[in-house]
Amino acid sequence: MSQQNNNLKEELIRISGVNPKKCMRCGKCSATCPAYEEMEYHPHEFVVMVENGNIEPLLNTESLYRCLTCFACVERCPRGVEPAKLVEAVRLVATRRQGANHMKADDVPAKLDEDLPQQAIVSAFRKYTK
Amino acid sequence: MQRIGVFVCWCGSNIAGTVDVQAVSDALKNEPGVVFSTNYQYMCSQAGQNMIKDAIKEYRLTGIVVCSCSPRMHEATFRKTAQAAGLNPYMVEIANIREQCSWVHKDIPTGTEKAIILGKAAVAKVNLNAPLTPGESPVTKRALVIGGGIAGIQTALDIADAGFPVDIVETKPTIGGKMAQLDKTFPTLDCAACILTPKMVDVAQNDKIRIFSYSEVQEVKGFVGNFDVKIKKKARYVNEDICTGCGACTEKCPQKNVPNEFNLGMDNRRAIYIPFAQAVPKVATIDPNACNMLKNGKCGVCAKVCAAGAIDYKQQDQIIEEKYGAIVVATGFNPISMEKFDEFAYSQSKDVITSLEFERLTNAAGPTAGKLLRPSDLEHPHTIVFVQCVGSRCAACAEKGKEYCSKICCMYTAKHAMLVRDKYPDTEVYVFYIDVRTPGKNFDEFYRRAVEEYGVHYIKGMVGKVTPEGKKLKVQGSDLIMDEQVHIDADLVVLAAAIEPDKSARPLATMLTASMDTNDFFTEAHPKLRPVESPTAGVFLSGACQGPKDIPETVSQAGAAASKVIGLLAKDKLTGNPCIASPNELMCNGCSSCERVCPYGAITYVDKEFRMPDRTTAIRRVAQVNPAVCQGCGACTVACPSGAMDLRGFASAQIIAEVDAICK
Amino acid sequence: MQVNEKKPLIVAFCCNWCSYAGADLAGNNRLAYPADVKIIRVPCSCRVNPMFILRAFQRGADGVIICGCHPGDCHYTSGNYFTRRRMAMLFSMLDYLGIEKERTRVEWVSAAEGAKFAATMNDFAEKVAALGENKRLEDLRCKK
Repeated sequence: MSQQNNNLKEELIRISGVNPKKCMRCGKCSATCPAYEEMEYHPHEFVVMVENGNIEPLLNTESLYRCLTCFACVERCPRGVEPAKLVEAVRLVATRRQGANHMKADDVPAKLDEDLPQQAIVSAFRKYTK
Repeated sequence: MQRIGVFVCWCGSNIAGTVDVQAVSDALKNEPGVVFSTNYQYMCSQAGQNMIKDAIKEYRLTGIVVCSCSPRMHEATFRKTAQAAGLNPYMVEIANIREQCSWVHKDIPTGTEKAIILGKAAVAKVNLNAPLTPGESPVTKRALVIGGGIAGIQTALDIADAGFPVDIVETKPTIGGKMAQLDKTFPTLDCAACILTPKMVDVAQNDKIRIFSYSEVQEVKGFVGNFDVKIKKKARYVNEDICTGCGACTEKCPQKNVPNEFNLGMDNRRAIYIPFAQAVPKVATIDPNACNMLKNGKCGVCAKVCAAGAIDYKQQDQIIEEKYGAIVVATGFNPISMEKFDEFAYSQSKDVITSLEFERLTNAAGPTAGKLLRPSDLEHPHTIVFVQCVGSRCAACAEKGKEYCSKICCMYTAKHAMLVRDKYPDTEVYVFYIDVRTPGKNFDEFYRRAVEEYGVHYIKGMVGKVTPEGKKLKVQGSDLIMDEQVHIDADLVVLAAAIEPDKSARPLATMLTASMDTNDFFTEAHPKLRPVESPTAGVFLSGACQGPKDIPETVSQAGAAASKVIGLLAKDKLTGNPCIASPNELMCNGCSSCERVCPYGAITYVDKEFRMPDRTTAIRRVAQVNPAVCQGCGACTVACPSGAMDLRGFASAQIIAEVDAICK
Repeated sequence: MQVNEKKPLIVAFCCNWCSYAGADLAGNNRLAYPADVKIIRVPCSCRVNPMFILRAFQRGADGVIICGCHPGDCHYTSGNYFTRRRMAMLFSMLDYLGIEKERTRVEWVSAAEGAKFAATMNDFAEKVAALGENKRLEDLRCKK
C-alpha cells in the first residue's frame, strides 16, 4: 500500500470510526442494501477496498451519491462494521477535495441567519472545513 | 529446633560444571539447624537415595534439603526416599540449582554464589516446615448425571457398565433430548431414532441406572466424593409405577389444543400426553396448565379410561435426597430465539422455520408424517432457501445473537439440503453461507456430495431480508462471488439458528460452584489436557453444556467423562493435597473475605464457642476450610485482613524466611 | 550505564504451574539470564502477599517480579486475576512511596515460554540495574 493510500485509509478510519478489519466477508450489508442495483461499488466493497487502501476508485464513483444512508447495513451487520459510516466518510473526503467550497471560521458570521438553525451552520462548517 | 541434612547433587557435570558443589555444601553446613551436609555425584540414584536414608537415621534428621534439579523433576522421588526412612515426606525441600542456576549461568563464582543463596533459602524454609498428612475422605459410590440427552445417556451407560449405580435427572417427561427430535444424522445419514432409542431402552433396562424424569436438581451440597443432592420430582399426576404407557388416556383427553413441544409447536397434543412413541420412561404426564380437572375440577376422563388406575390428581412434588460421589453435567443446548431477527420474518411467516423445526417436518414421526410440506398451507415447497449463521458469529448483536460459531450448522444444513434433493428432485435448494466449516471425519466429502451429486446451490453471501408476499417469500441476498444481489422467490426459508446452553445451566453452575464462560458454557479444568473435568473437583462435563458439539463428539466426550467418574468412584478413599489453607480460629473474625475469593467454595463458616479471658464463653463465627475441596492456591491467605488464613507447606512465615535468606 | 559495586538483587515469585515451569524450560534450553534473579516458588501468583514484596524491599531487594499463568489460564481458574488487581494497587502505592515503577512488575509466563522467561528476566534485571541501588524502603536495622 502506498504511503498516500495509507494516509487516506487512516483518515477515513478516523473520520468514520469504522474498523474495516472487523469485517468477516459475509456480504449481509450488500444483501440488505436497497440501493444495490444503482451502485457501482457496493457496501461490502467499500469496506474491503478501504481496508486494502484501494480508495481512489471509491472517491470517483457515482455510488457515493446513490447510497441512501438508510443505515440498513449498519443495523444488519453481524460484526458491527457500520459500512454506511464509511461511505459517508468517503463522501466527505470527496467533497473536501473538490476545492473552492471550503469554509473558514471567518465565514460563519456572514452566514448567520435567524431562520437557519445553528446546527446547520455548525455541521456545514464541520463538513467543509479543510 | 530442626535437625537438617543438606545434600548437594553434582548431577554429573550438569551442576558441578558451573557450581562448586563442595563450596555449597560447606557453606550450608553453617546455616542454622543444619547438622549434616554433603555432596554426591547423583543424588537421585539408588546410592544417592541410600545416602539420604542413612543420614536421616544416623543424624536423626527432622528435615532435609536437596540441592539438585527442579522440584518438578525429583521432588516426588526425594519425598519417597524420606518417607522410606521414616521422615514425613513434606519435610523435604528442594533447592533448584540446576535449571535455575547451573544451566543459566556461565561462570563458577556467580553460579556457586547463587546456589548457596538458593540453598540457604531452602534451609530457612525447612526450619519452619511442619509434618503434613494428607486428609482422607470416603467416596460415595454413586454418580449423578444431570441431563438425559445423548450425552447423559452415554455417560450413564458407561458408568453403569463399570458396575457403579447412576441416577439420571431429566427435566422433560422423557430422556432422549435433542437427538430424539432429529431425523437423520450426518455424515452417515442413519436415522437418529434408530441409533438413539435402543440406547434409551438400555438405560431403562439397566438395573444400575435410575431415571428421575420430569425432575430438577434443587440443591447441591458437599464436595468431591460426598455430594448431598436434593432432587425435585415434579408431580406428573400419574403413578409412574402403575402406568403401562398404553396411551388410552392420551386418545380420550378432551383438551386437544395444547401446542406440542416435542414438535416445536407445529402440531397439538392433549393435556395428558406421552411426548413420543419411544419415550423412556413410557408413562403419561398431565400438563397442569392445560388439564381442566387440575384447573377447575371438571373432567376426569383420563382417570375413567385408565385401566391400570394410574391417574392421581392429588400427586404432589416430591423431594428426593441422595448422596453422590461424582456429578456429571450434561445439560445440553437449545437453539436461540429467532424473534428478534426481524429481517428474516420469522415471526411474520409460518414458512420461515428453524432447522430444528425442519428436522421435525422431515421426520416420519413428525407433524407431517415425514412429508415435506410447508407449515402455512401444507403444500409442497418447490424452492427452499437455507440461511446459515443466523445469530452465530454475531459480534455486534449481543442482545440477539452469539459471538461464537455454533459448529454444527454447516453440516446439518448440508444434510437437510441433500435430503430434500434426494426425496424431491423437483425442488431447488439454495444455501447462503459465509464460510462452510466442515472439519471432521468425512465431513467435507459430505458437503461436497451435497453440491456435486445432489446439485444444491451454495451461494457465498448472506441473506439481507426476507419479505412475505402472497404465497411466496421474497429472499434478498448477496452473491459475493458474482458480486450481485440475488432475489429468490422461495416457498420455505430455513434458518440455521445459533445454539446456546440450556437456561438451567447457569443456576446449576452456581449450585455446583462450577465456573462458566461469558456465554454460559461450562469451563473445563484445562482446555487441552482436562477437557471433561470442571475445575471443581468431582464435577465432570459431558456434551454441549461445555461448548457446541455434534453427536460423535458428544458421545466421545460422554465416554471420557464416564471414565473420569469411574476412576474417581473406583477409589475407596480420596487422598487430598496436604498443602491447603488453614485458618487460625483465634485470629479469624468471620468477615467472609476468604470465602469470596475462593474459586472452589471450599470455605464455610461455623459458629464456635470460645473461652474468653474472663472465663466466660462467647460464640464467634469462624472460617472452616474443607480439606477435600481446597486445592491450595492461597488466594484466601492474601485476602484475609487479619492474617488468620495461612497455607500449609507455603506458609507466610516460610515464604518470608525465603525472602530474608535471599535478601541477606 | 551506571557502574554499581553492589549487584542488583531481584526476587522473582513464580507460580508452580506456569512460570516456575517456564523458568525450568529456560534452564533446559540454557537460556542465560542474570544470576541476580532469585526465584521463590509459590503455588499460584495469588499466594503472593503484598507483605512479601514489602519485606523484600525492606531487606534490600532492588526489584521484585511476580510471574503467573496468562490471564484465563490460571491452574486455579481465577488466581492471577486477583494478582493483577492486588499488584496494580500495591505498585501504585509503592510508586507513591518512591519505589520506581520499573522496580516492580507482574508478568505472565506460561510453561511453554522459556524464551519469554529469560527475555523478561534479562530486560527486568537491566532496567533495575540502570536504576541503581534501592535505598528507599530498606531497613538498616536488618543489616548486621
